[in-house]
Parts: sequence; C-alpha cells; structure tokens
Amino acid sequence: MIIFRRSHRVLVQGLTGKQGTFWAEKMIACGTRIVAGVSPKRAGETQLGVPLFASAAAAMAALPYEVAVMFIPPAAAKNAALDAIAAGTRLLVCLTEHIPGQDVMAMHLAARRHGTRIIGPNTAGLVTPGEGFVGIMPGHNPNIFRPGPVGVISRSGSLGTLIALNLTRAGIGQSAFIGIGGDAMVGTTPVEALCALEEDERTKAVVLVGEIGGSMEEEAAEYAAQMSKPVIAFVAGRASPPGKKMGHAGAIVTGSGGGYASKRGALEKAGVLVVDTPREIPGAVSRRLSHASVMSGSRG
Amino acid sequence: MNFEEHAAKTKVLSLAGVPIPRGKLCLSPQEAGAAFREIGPCVVKAQVPTGKRGKAGGIKKAESAAEAALAAQAILGMAIDGYPVERVLIEERAEILREFYAAVVSDAAECRPLVLFSTEGGMDIEETSARQPQAVRRCPVEIDRGFGGEEARAMLAGLDLSGAEAGVAAVLEALYTIYRERDAELIEINPLAFLKDGRVLALDCKLTLDDAAVFRQAELASAGAGDKATELERCGAERGLKFIELDGNVGVLANGAGLTMTTMDVIRHFGGKPANFLEIGGEAYTKAEAALDLVLGGAGVKSLVINFCGAFARTDVMAEGVVTAWEKLKPKVPVFFSIHGTGEDEAVALVRRRLGIDPFDFMEDAVKAAVDAAR
Repeated sequence: MIIFRRSHRVLVQGLTGKQGTFWAEKMIACGTRIVAGVSPKRAGETQLGVPLFASAAAAMAALPYEVAVMFIPPAAAKNAALDAIAAGTRLLVCLTEHIPGQDVMAMHLAARRHGTRIIGPNTAGLVTPGEGFVGIMPGHNPNIFRPGPVGVISRSGSLGTLIALNLTRAGIGQSAFIGIGGDAMVGTTPVEALCALEEDERTKAVVLVGEIGGSMEEEAAEYAAQMSKPVIAFVAGRASPPGKKMGHAGAIVTGSGGGYASKRGALEKAGVLVVDTPREIPGAVSRRLSHASVMSGSRG
Repeated sequence: MNFEEHAAKTKVLSLAGVPIPRGKLCLSPQEAGAAFREIGPCVVKAQVPTGKRGKAGGIKKAESAAEAALAAQAILGMAIDGYPVERVLIEERAEILREFYAAVVSDAAECRPLVLFSTEGGMDIEETSARQPQAVRRCPVEIDRGFGGEEARAMLAGLDLSGAEAGVAAVLEALYTIYRERDAELIEINPLAFLKDGRVLALDCKLTLDDAAVFRQAELASAGAGDKATELERCGAERGLKFIELDGNVGVLANGAGLTMTTMDVIRHFGGKPANFLEIGGEAYTKAEAALDLVLGGAGVKSLVINFCGAFARTDVMAEGVVTAWEKLKPKVPVFFSIHGTGEDEAVALVRRRLGIDPFDFMEDAVKAAVDAAR
C-alpha cells in the first residue's frame, strides 16, 4: 500500500497546529477522508469538524483508519510515529524534516515489526489526482495535478511539484505522485515506489525524479530494467559540489558512490530515458508513451 | 557536527570510562614546552576536525621540552585540509604492543547502528576494508535491543588479541553507550592501542554528532568544531539558512533542496556557473528577505534567478519578502523570476506591480536569461 486512494481513512497527528489545520482543510476539500485527529490537549473536541483524540491508539479504537499523516515537530516525531505504528496504522506519512537519526532508526525498526509502511521522513506526501492527497503538496490545485497516466516519484516536494506542473501544462495527467522524502533513511525507496506503479493499472509510464547522494537511484535502475512500463528520469545535483550537504540530508556525495554520473549511467544502462532539464520531461513521456502503446498494440 | 580530538576524548570517551593518554591542550610553543615537563616524552598533535593530520605533518614526536616547543611552533598556524591549526594536544607517548580499530557508526542504507572492530588498526579503515574485508568485523545492532557485554564478547570471539580481550570488549560496549547517549553518527577510535603495560588506550578519536540532534545535546555541541564556512555562510547559518558560496556569477534563490539543486543544474546546462546554493524551503520560506541579502552579498554575482515552486512553501509569502527586500536594497544586478505552485497568482501579480518584472513561464527561460545577463 503506497498509492493513496479515496477509500483510505486518514488520521492527522497534530491536526490542531497551524500547518496541520491549514493542510487538513486543503486535503478535505480535495476529497481526502480525514476521520480523526490527534491532539492530547483537546481530546474530545473537534477541529474542522473532525473528532480529536489523545493518541493514535485511542483514535484507532473509536474510528479506524489506514493512513496516518504527521504534522509533528522533530523532537516529538519518534513518539508520535511509535504511537501510530503500535495502533496498527498501515501507511504512515512522515512529513517531519530534521528528526534525529537514531529516532528515525527506531521508527523504521518498529514499522518493520508491525508491518507499517512509512513514507519519508521529510516527504511532501502522496497525491492521487482525482482521489485526494495526504501531505503538504498542492494536490488541490488543478493547474498542477490532473488525473492521467503518469506516475511521479520524487525525493523533493518542490521539484516534484514543478514536474507535475510541466506534465499538466503539456496535457499529461498523473496517476499518482509518491514523495519518498529527502532524508538518507527513508521507509519507502524508489524501488518500492516503482514496484507499486508497475502494478497500478492506471499508470502507463513513470517519471523518476532522483537526487545525488546514496544509492537509491542505482537500485531503482536495476528494477526499472525489468519493468514493462517506460521510465523517464531526471536526477538533480549535477552541478552540486561533492562533500557538501545540499539541504537534503540524503543529497551528499561522499567517496566514490552517489554521484550524478553513477546514477545517470546506471539508469541509462537500464533503458531509462534521462533528461537534462525538467522542461524536457513531458516530451520524453509522450514519445515513450506512444512508443509503448504501439508496442503493446503490435503485441495484442 | 565534528569534534577535535581533545574534545572527543575529554568530553566523551573519558567520561564513559574509556582510558585515554595523559594530555594537555596548548595554544603556544611556551605552553607546549611547559606541558612536556609534566608529561615527558610526548606526541604533539594538531587539533583540527579532519583525518588528514599525520600526512600533512600535523603530528610530531618530542623528546625534550625544547623539541615540544619547536614542534608546536611548526604545527600552530598550519592549515590542514582548509582548517587553521590554533591548538596542539601534547600527549604522553605509549609503548604500543598492538593497534586495533573500534567504532560505532550509523549505517544509513540499512537504517541501523553498526559496531566495527578490526585487529588492523592505525591505518585508513576504508583501505583495510577494501584490501581484506575479512579483517573488519561488523555487528549490526537492532536499536531497541542494544549492544552490551555479551554482544561485544561474541563479536570478538575467535580473535587473538594477545590478552586485550576484556579491555577491548569493555571499550566496544562503552562506544555503543556513547553512540546512543550522545546522538553520535560516528564514534571511532583508531588506533585503539594495547600497551606493553597491559593497558588498552584510545590514542585517537573521531566523533560526529548528528546535526538534527543538537537541540538535545546542547552541552556537547558547545564543544564542537566550527565548519569550514565563509563569512557569508556563517551569516546564513546564524539566520537559520542553508547557504553555500560557490565560484560562479549567477545568484540562486529557490525553495526546496531539490528545486535549488535543479536550478543550479540548469544554470550549468546553459553554460553558466552558479554563485551559491541557497534554499528557503521548509520552515525557512518566510526568510526570503534575509536570503536575498545573502545572495547579493557574494562578490561575483552578476545576475540573479529567483525560482519558486510552492508546495509547502507559499510563493506569495516568499515573493512578498523578496520584493520588500529588493525595494530596500535597490540592487543593480538584473533579476529573473519563475514562480509556480501555492500562492502563484498573488506572487506573480506582486512582482509585476512592485518591481515591474514579468516572471517567466518556464524556469529554464528564467535561468537562460540570467546566464546570458551574467556574461
């Protein structure tokens, strides 16, 4: 369970905070079913008409949900995540940036033990145009997100938004946006996101927006090589100097691995079309899509 | 955040019960000479947060107070890996029988701590690991279960440590405790020496504190070494902005790490060179004014591209900050905008009305115009 669906029931942790309220309102307007919120101080009350509980566990007992989304500051993120995981959340969207690394390790370990999938940390969330979104993406803006055949995977929210916008302006809609997060330790990798889009019937092509640092794009390339759907990629960080942390904790090139050349090389070797600038993405998608439809037509 | 050797040893290792050599931190050749009279035959070690001290000549032996003072004089004022040496550590010389390697490090790919041990200490562990992988023992740790004496002994099982087994096991256990309690990303002893007199002693120590955990490690963080930052970069850090100066002439102001890197990439794509990395995404999106001040502070900036794509960050808030700062600073350099996403209509209208500038429809066009203007 990686792609967000209209049928998913959602818990918002930190619903009464400024950002929690701002984004929950946008999510609800977009069709997202927010069934409960967590606010220890205001348990028993409502916010935006949504009932509030003291914990994710208490919310689960009263109003079951599949998805939890965290509007929680870094120092409190681990406990909020462990609460949601122990409550039986299936998909936990962790927006928080700058969570201490050892807290993140504890979150991922608990998630593995309980069968919870974590998206992030430091993700901008999930958008499924026409169904809803969870997170801090302009999923409610029809100039940026429209339903269509292209799945988008991005470490970055701002760059992911630009890519979705470019696709929409070219008349190409999206089947799903999966923000995997800019941290070095994320719960859902590009390989797992590719796998979900490969299985998704509405997705006909995938745009993978990678970044320098780590080895996730290289692993994604290996998987992409045996996918039935075309993959188009852009990798950010070509002009970034090595050894510097470029805002995202994951975007640092150390030693020999994780550099632009390694990632582009691996992706191209796997048959992925890698473009130089974001503007080239819609054209590349159109070319690959028409090619793919011709191919499937000739097979059929 | 990194630490100099003396800080890692005295603020962390020694407090956790790991034996360290007798030593004294000295700021001048005179102090080094005086320290010799206390300590005896010693090693004079440059204190900089980098591993390249030995090769750079930053570590010297001394047999007399005069030699210690001379060595300190030679080392103080050196620049090692870009760090000026302002302090030396005068340390007792140990009679070494064997040199081991011990560390606990965050394994980001596997999302767990990793305890490392090798009987081949004293040299670059990455080289050792590449040359003979079996020489480095690795013990992954489940963070909710931890790593204690039993795990340490199991990790060392079957190794001939010439009688240092118990001492080394105690050090491994202490290192893991330090790693957890101090929010380390890396705590490394290389070499961990076994001495002729039977002691196990940490001769060198590297410590990296998780930057995201500084809020709960304030005391330790106050002993941390400064970054190799330029004056402007320090200025940015003080205002909570991630700013890196580069050697190009096209200034960059964008929101979000991914979009900012991409803006730099597109500058390069059109044959230009970015003057900086500066992103005002996340919670920093309200700091557009301070950010503009920083970008324009760079000596070589000939043009500026402002690229906003609002997801979490509201472009109208960022544009308001930039326009206000622009009116105040009245900079001479040409500026090129691309604005999309959350708050786009208000932001575009604002830039048109108050600066009389039309934002570009595509970021690539804004970047190309900025590159051309900088030529």
